Amino acid sequence: MTIIILLIGASLLIATGFLIAFIWAVRNGQYEDKYTPSVRILLDDLEDKKDS
Amino acid sequence: MENFEQKNTEVAIPEISIDPKNDRKLICDHCGLECRDDSIRIGDKLFCCHGCKKVYELLHANEMCAYYNVTDQPGLTPKIDETDLRYGYLDDPEIQKQLLEFSDGDISKITLNIPSMHCASCIWLLEQLNRFNNGITHSRVNFLRKELTVTFRHNELSLRQLVELVASLGYEPAIKLEDVQKDKRSDDRKRLYLQIGIAGFAFGNIMLLSFPEYLARSGDTVNPTLRLLFTWINLALSLPVVFYSGWDYLSGAWKGLANKIINLDVPIALGIGALFARSVYEISFSVGAGYFDSLSGLIFLLLLGKLFQAKTYETLSFERDYTSYFPIAIIRKDDNGEKSVPVVTLKQGDRIIVRNQELIPADSILIEGTGGIDYSFVTGESQPVSKESGDVIYAGGRQIGEAIELEVIEEVSRSYLTRLWNHDSFGDADQPSAANLANSISKYFIAVVLLIAIAAFGWHAVSDFSLAFRVFTSVLIVACPCALALATPFTLGTAMRIMGQHNFYLKNVGIVEKLSQINHIVFDKTGTLTNAGDVEITWQGDRLADHENALIRSLIRHSTHPLSLQLFNHLPETLSLPVEGYNEITGRGVEGITAGTQIRIGSADFIIPGDSNGAKHDKQETDGVFIEIDGLFRGNFVLNTTLRPGVVKLLQRLKHKFNLSLLSGDTDRDEALLKPVFPDGSEMRFRQKPVDKLNYVNRQKDNNDRVLMIGDGLNDAGALKTSDVGIALTSDITSFSPACDALLDAGSLPLLDRFISFSKAGMRIIVAGFILSFLYNIIGLGFAVTGKLSPLISAVLMPLSSITVVTFASFATRIQAHLSGFKK
Repeated sequence: MTIIILLIGASLLIATGFLIAFIWAVRNGQYEDKYTPSVRILLDDLEDKKDS
Repeated sequence: MENFEQKNTEVAIPEISIDPKNDRKLICDHCGLECRDDSIRIGDKLFCCHGCKKVYELLHANEMCAYYNVTDQPGLTPKIDETDLRYGYLDDPEIQKQLLEFSDGDISKITLNIPSMHCASCIWLLEQLNRFNNGITHSRVNFLRKELTVTFRHNELSLRQLVELVASLGYEPAIKLEDVQKDKRSDDRKRLYLQIGIAGFAFGNIMLLSFPEYLARSGDTVNPTLRLLFTWINLALSLPVVFYSGWDYLSGAWKGLANKIINLDVPIALGIGALFARSVYEISFSVGAGYFDSLSGLIFLLLLGKLFQAKTYETLSFERDYTSYFPIAIIRKDDNGEKSVPVVTLKQGDRIIVRNQELIPADSILIEGTGGIDYSFVTGESQPVSKESGDVIYAGGRQIGEAIELEVIEEVSRSYLTRLWNHDSFGDADQPSAANLANSISKYFIAVVLLIAIAAFGWHAVSDFSLAFRVFTSVLIVACPCALALATPFTLGTAMRIMGQHNFYLKNVGIVEKLSQINHIVFDKTGTLTNAGDVEITWQGDRLADHENALIRSLIRHSTHPLSLQLFNHLPETLSLPVEGYNEITGRGVEGITAGTQIRIGSADFIIPGDSNGAKHDKQETDGVFIEIDGLFRGNFVLNTTLRPGVVKLLQRLKHKFNLSLLSGDTDRDEALLKPVFPDGSEMRFRQKPVDKLNYVNRQKDNNDRVLMIGDGLNDAGALKTSDVGIALTSDITSFSPACDALLDAGSLPLLDRFISFSKAGMRIIVAGFILSFLYNIIGLGFAVTGKLSPLISAVLMPLSSITVVTFASFATRIQAHLSGFKK
């Protein structure tokens, strides 16, 4: 039965990790602009362009 | 009398932009506009102006030519020559302090609004700013808000230099008065996301940990140690849910009670409190596992409803006043020369210089130069008003023409226009919407629930006190109006989205409810019922031959006066003929030789000098644009305002259901046009000052009318603010519009009656949702009063009722939208 306690502890730990990641993302402003990043990812980096 | 004051008399005529050799248009390699000739070039790249060339060189030197591969016509025309004095005020430390978001020793951060940002290459270029100047460490674009956030080292690059650099790239930042007066943006939204995240996290985990409890009903096979552990973890997980995620409900209820108002937060807080207290009691005394799953699920669902309801249109602003329109600084002239100063520091007697296309920031007297003041924004009057030395010019007008010198007679905040904002209506913030349907039901709801709870408690207390306590809390738990609280946001949120798809943008969902109660509609005239830019043009005189029309059209294409533009668009399209000796006389007209023919176009006294006093003509004949060809007077064009398409039918439909009124800031010259379309006995008032409009709306409200005001200009701002629902009509939703409850695209004006009846249907759906949720409450109460509300039943019943109501509200609203004729 102790294994369940261990598993619960591990799952809570992982879930808390995701929660912290979420909180960080919100605080970091990642939910403020949901449009620009979708465009930004399509723009090539400068170094790539120089070769072409 | 028409005024031609668009330009100075000496105007450089742009050559016709067709290459004579191969008839091919020369396109600027930077901005994509046509080039006059091929004299400005680098290699085989052509440019329309030196500004474009400079930007190209700049980009080239910084190895940023990839810019040109992103789109075909990537750039914007830079306005380099105007930047000299314009941004001088940015050197003022006081203004810097107000504009900068953050400044610390070495690093500063600022967010600039860039209206001209419009495509992917704009994002690309603006995020590469650090390549132009080493002082810039980081730049980031928020495209929807059209904002650029720049972090820079202010010791290497001053704020002014930064703004000038951005402006020189063609992205002129709009730095308005409101930027220094506004409070920093609140981060309510971030908070809501965090609240939902935490509630969802706790909800999921508590559900998992509650499973043994659900399954172990009959035989007691759960290990008591595990059971204890799980319930205590549940308690720990529920703490942030109640005290962080659910905090707004608790504090909302408290605030409501403190103001002696029972709002919807009160029964919710009561439910949350009962759930939490009962659960803590159960696990403390080891009599049960508590209702933590229901508790966290309840708060999670409520917050989701809140998120759905909190839809905002990021690109739109509903809170603008004159400060979003007024510039931050103006050029002041004194003994030491000209200096750019903040407009708020202007005092009586200051001399200021206002250049072409700039705004007059304060009531002033014209000292030098000829003013052509465009008040279209303030009054809706489309034609510029000519002003001469000694005339008083009210703030809010835009100078069109040469630079003028003015003497300030009133400070900015005390000007004729801005005084409106000192009116009482703007003083008090929007009252908390305690009057909405859900809140008014709450009162009775909570009374009934408490009555049942106490009755059930009394019934059981005689025989079994602990059962009585359980029953009491169970009633409060099960009666928690979760479904009730979700019916409103999901119905109104859906309705608001559907209206948004039809170019009717509401500030918040509460407006739908207010819209459904309207019984009196007040219209503004200019720009609302009539379209200032769209006029009906008729010709008086002998019929003009086609080639004569072509001659006129070729001449006026060089003039930027509004009348010329309207006439130019009216005349049949032809090839442009070359013009020689073009001359524009401010306030009078234009003349020139088109294809060898002398043409003069302008006001009556310009064309017929002998009759300048108008003795021979009555008023009719001096109106319009007069034409003279080869020294012969040929006739005149008459311009009449027209109603927007669909307005007549809209008013026909509205007049049966609503009181209609018209408030116009203009003269009564269009009364004949409007009289027939308004029902008999409707109030029609002309020459209304902004304050008159505001007072009229207030009087109607005192008569218990619920007033909808539709207007478009700053002069309607007071009436829009004070009315129950103020709708700003605009043809371009991203451009400026005064503070309002909703923005309506001009093209959707004929749908107004449908929007109102749709909002009424929405309210009926909410009532149906309430009934549905009450049915669930009755079932739940059946379990509660008999003491049979187990955590499992509660955990099934509450989400089930919520989901039913949410599904019903969303679907019913969509079906209703379809029935009301709103297609996807």
